[in-house]
Amino acid sequence: MTRYPRWKFFLLVAVLAICGLYALPNLYPDAPAIQITSSQAGGEVNERQMDRLFRALDEAGIEYSAPERVGDSWLLPLTDSEAQQRARELAQRTLGRDVVVAQNLAPTTPQWLRRIGASPMNLGLDLRGGVHFLLQVDMETAIEQRLESWANELRLLMRDENIRYREVTYDERTLTARFDNSGDLDAANTRIRNEFREFSVSRDSDNHTLVLTLTSDAITEIQDYAVDQNRTALNNRVNELGVAEPVVQRQGADRIVVQLPGVQDASQARRILGRTATLEFRLVADDVDPRRAQSGIAPPGTEIFPFKGDERNPVILRRQNIVTGDQVTNARMGYDENGMPEVNITLNSAGARNMQRVTMRNINKPMAVLFIETRTDIETVINEEGEREQVATSSREAYVINVANIRDTLGSRFRITGLDSPAEAAELALLLRAGGLAAPIYIAEERTVGPSLGADNIEAGLNSMMLGMALVLLFMVLRYKVFGLVANVALVGNLVILVGVMSLIPGATLTLPGIAGIVLTVGMAVDANVLIFERIRQEMKWNNQPPLQAIEAGYGRAFQTILDANITTLIVAVILFAAGTGSVQGFAVTLFIGIVSSMFTAIVGTRAIIDLIYGGRARAPTALSI
Amino acid sequence: MAIAIPDTNVDFLRIAKPLGILSVVLVVASIFLLGTRGLNFGLDFTGGTVVEVGAPQDISLSEVRGVLAEGGYGDAVVQHFGSSRDVMVRIPPQETDEPDQAGLEVFALVSDAVPDLELRRVEFVGPQVGDELRDQSGLAMLMALGLMLLYVWFRFTNKFGVATVAALLHDVIVVLGLFSLFQWSFDLTVLAAVLALIGYSLNDSIVVADHIRDDFRHSRMTDPVAIINQALNRTLSRTVVTSFTTLLVLVALYVFGGETMRGFSMALMAGVVIGTYSSIYVASNVLMLMNVSKEDFMVPQQEELDEMP
Repeated sequence: MTRYPRWKFFLLVAVLAICGLYALPNLYPDAPAIQITSSQAGGEVNERQMDRLFRALDEAGIEYSAPERVGDSWLLPLTDSEAQQRARELAQRTLGRDVVVAQNLAPTTPQWLRRIGASPMNLGLDLRGGVHFLLQVDMETAIEQRLESWANELRLLMRDENIRYREVTYDERTLTARFDNSGDLDAANTRIRNEFREFSVSRDSDNHTLVLTLTSDAITEIQDYAVDQNRTALNNRVNELGVAEPVVQRQGADRIVVQLPGVQDASQARRILGRTATLEFRLVADDVDPRRAQSGIAPPGTEIFPFKGDERNPVILRRQNIVTGDQVTNARMGYDENGMPEVNITLNSAGARNMQRVTMRNINKPMAVLFIETRTDIETVINEEGEREQVATSSREAYVINVANIRDTLGSRFRITGLDSPAEAAELALLLRAGGLAAPIYIAEERTVGPSLGADNIEAGLNSMMLGMALVLLFMVLRYKVFGLVANVALVGNLVILVGVMSLIPGATLTLPGIAGIVLTVGMAVDANVLIFERIRQEMKWNNQPPLQAIEAGYGRAFQTILDANITTLIVAVILFAAGTGSVQGFAVTLFIGIVSSMFTAIVGTRAIIDLIYGGRARAPTALSI
Repeated sequence: MAIAIPDTNVDFLRIAKPLGILSVVLVVASIFLLGTRGLNFGLDFTGGTVVEVGAPQDISLSEVRGVLAEGGYGDAVVQHFGSSRDVMVRIPPQETDEPDQAGLEVFALVSDAVPDLELRRVEFVGPQVGDELRDQSGLAMLMALGLMLLYVWFRFTNKFGVATVAALLHDVIVVLGLFSLFQWSFDLTVLAAVLALIGYSLNDSIVVADHIRDDFRHSRMTDPVAIINQALNRTLSRTVVTSFTTLLVLVALYVFGGETMRGFSMALMAGVVIGTYSSIYVASNVLMLMNVSKEDFMVPQQEELDEMP
């Protein structure tokens, strides 16, 4: 009778074929590998260096497979994790500081599969090991820093407009400008209302004061900028660490997630991520008597900073900076004529223009390089309501690292000398390259999972999945005979679709709770078929329907129930995904895909097979094996 | 060999009243427990540091406690995790500058006392993150319940809505009560399990409710008790089979899934058992309480939706 529409057969076969194809790479486990990247930004590891490494590996008797180029770096697969460890040390020793050697995994998926974009599922940190950081951006400091620069702008504006003011101060959310008389107050009021749109301005005529309050829109904007800028800077720093497949993501209003798969040494990562350092280039105030620096009171328009390693001789610098660290586009460590370490710097066009303008006018005058580091210390305190709270206090440390006379007009390229050691030069170059952080950050959450625990978790997940699956398959055959077999085929197909879809979606990550979600789906997936089969039985038993009509009615009547019953679970999966973090989201994803695919295989899939078994016969069957 | 579940004709509702009272007692007791003992929140919700270590040989807990107390971590919780060769140390949030350092300090202390110690996992969660997560989780749970209520209300009549959601609340509260009673650790994965349970429990209740509604519409019987009884009998084999297969995989997960999956599988196992019971007794009891009758189902526009293939 084959009344079952043909397109549904095709749909079924197509879905299974595509998902099966994309599920295939999961059968090829990744091999341990080392990844070799140049330590210079944009640099490349050349063939000569690789040849040197191969010879060293051959000598040490470490086996390796054909290396592969991934972007600017090389991926070298090895036989096991012990060889990986040894090869990593050897590579670092052989190639030295020019390269960063990281442990990674190399895919072993055959080329033809990779050509169609098939790759294994992404594994979460709980399955592969690594470090997870949740970083909190210190918003108070971000806002304070912005207010400080606005205060400067305000002073400049009034100087340009020849408005006399007494002082400009700022606190938490406001700028306050004081004037001597109402004439200046009025003049400033009009200008400020036009220029400082981020503030709502209120005027206090009695005290000749203007109070500028940040609007909530402006605060949101500052926060967004600070978080996004920090995310970019962190991204750069993480890339410098040479970690394969790192994740740097914004989470919520003021947090950033950093995940470093395979990293074991959390302390190194923490050190690189948490530093906030930037440079400023400023002119030395050479018209001021240097002895005034000893008094600690800076003349107007200048600031006093200590000289690195020489606390007794502070330097007086002009407040205005020529170039700041965020205008640096590249910084590389090198050695000068005398073999002393130096940092070669390249500026962006705005920075270069400023640098050129200032140095042209100030030839033979001294210019200083100011190093500014912001550290955030966290204390856990008990607040008035008796709750524990983390309080961030940030401290700023600034010192001059170098003073040199300007000999010539400088452009977009120049160098900093006066560094103590190559290591210091390398770190300064790294921090400059990676960009400054717009606001200090601190660690709100840190999770490290060892690689052996990750492997244990995978094994545990696989074992429980296989046992659960075997039990369910056995039970279904015993209970529903031929129909049970059909349901089992659907269940296996369901698993193939689930794995295929998980591998296809780029953002989907398999976590341990995710495996639990798959296991749970296996248990619940048969529900749709159970509903249908029980209906078919009932139709034959209670309504005395002949088999084919019973099948028809069973599928038809169970459909609505299946839909109702599953939509609720789908809603839960969506909520879990929206409200959950990391590993719980992994559970939500597998639950969602599992429910959808089980509905598909249970309704469309089993129907097609049953139709093939019973529908094609010349004479309608008189009994069903159910 | 074949598994056959005999067709039953049990008068389920004969013992509905005493079981209804039992359910009310269970829910009240659970709420009381949650109010007094509360939940034993895990690291995810409280903040603090967890360090999991393993060694090739058995690790003595008292020795570990000793070195930790000497090192200034007298308030650490030290327990075996999975086997006697694995130990988990949990310390509350520290009042130091860099709380995440505490984990490494703990590991350093313990590895002095235990040879060949391997660091398996370090987790640090700041107290604020934990508090936020707790609020967020509560919100997610309320949102799930609210949406379920809306969905059932939309798909069924209001009486069924009340009945299925009552069964749902019953299940969630009793499972939470169990976690409170035994002070099992309640972490993020357990929360995921409780939310999954909301879906499962409703799934179960809806299948039964669907059948009851169907019978009210198409059966010639008019006695609600007889109709509900018949629907319960006819859905019984499905309810038992699905709960059984789900329990099978949960047992597999409990046995082989490792320590981290214990709480998850435990919450769901309890949930499946309680959910199966509640879909039979709690929902029907509430329906009876509300005097459900044939007239409740004479909604014409629902008819065509139901006939869709």
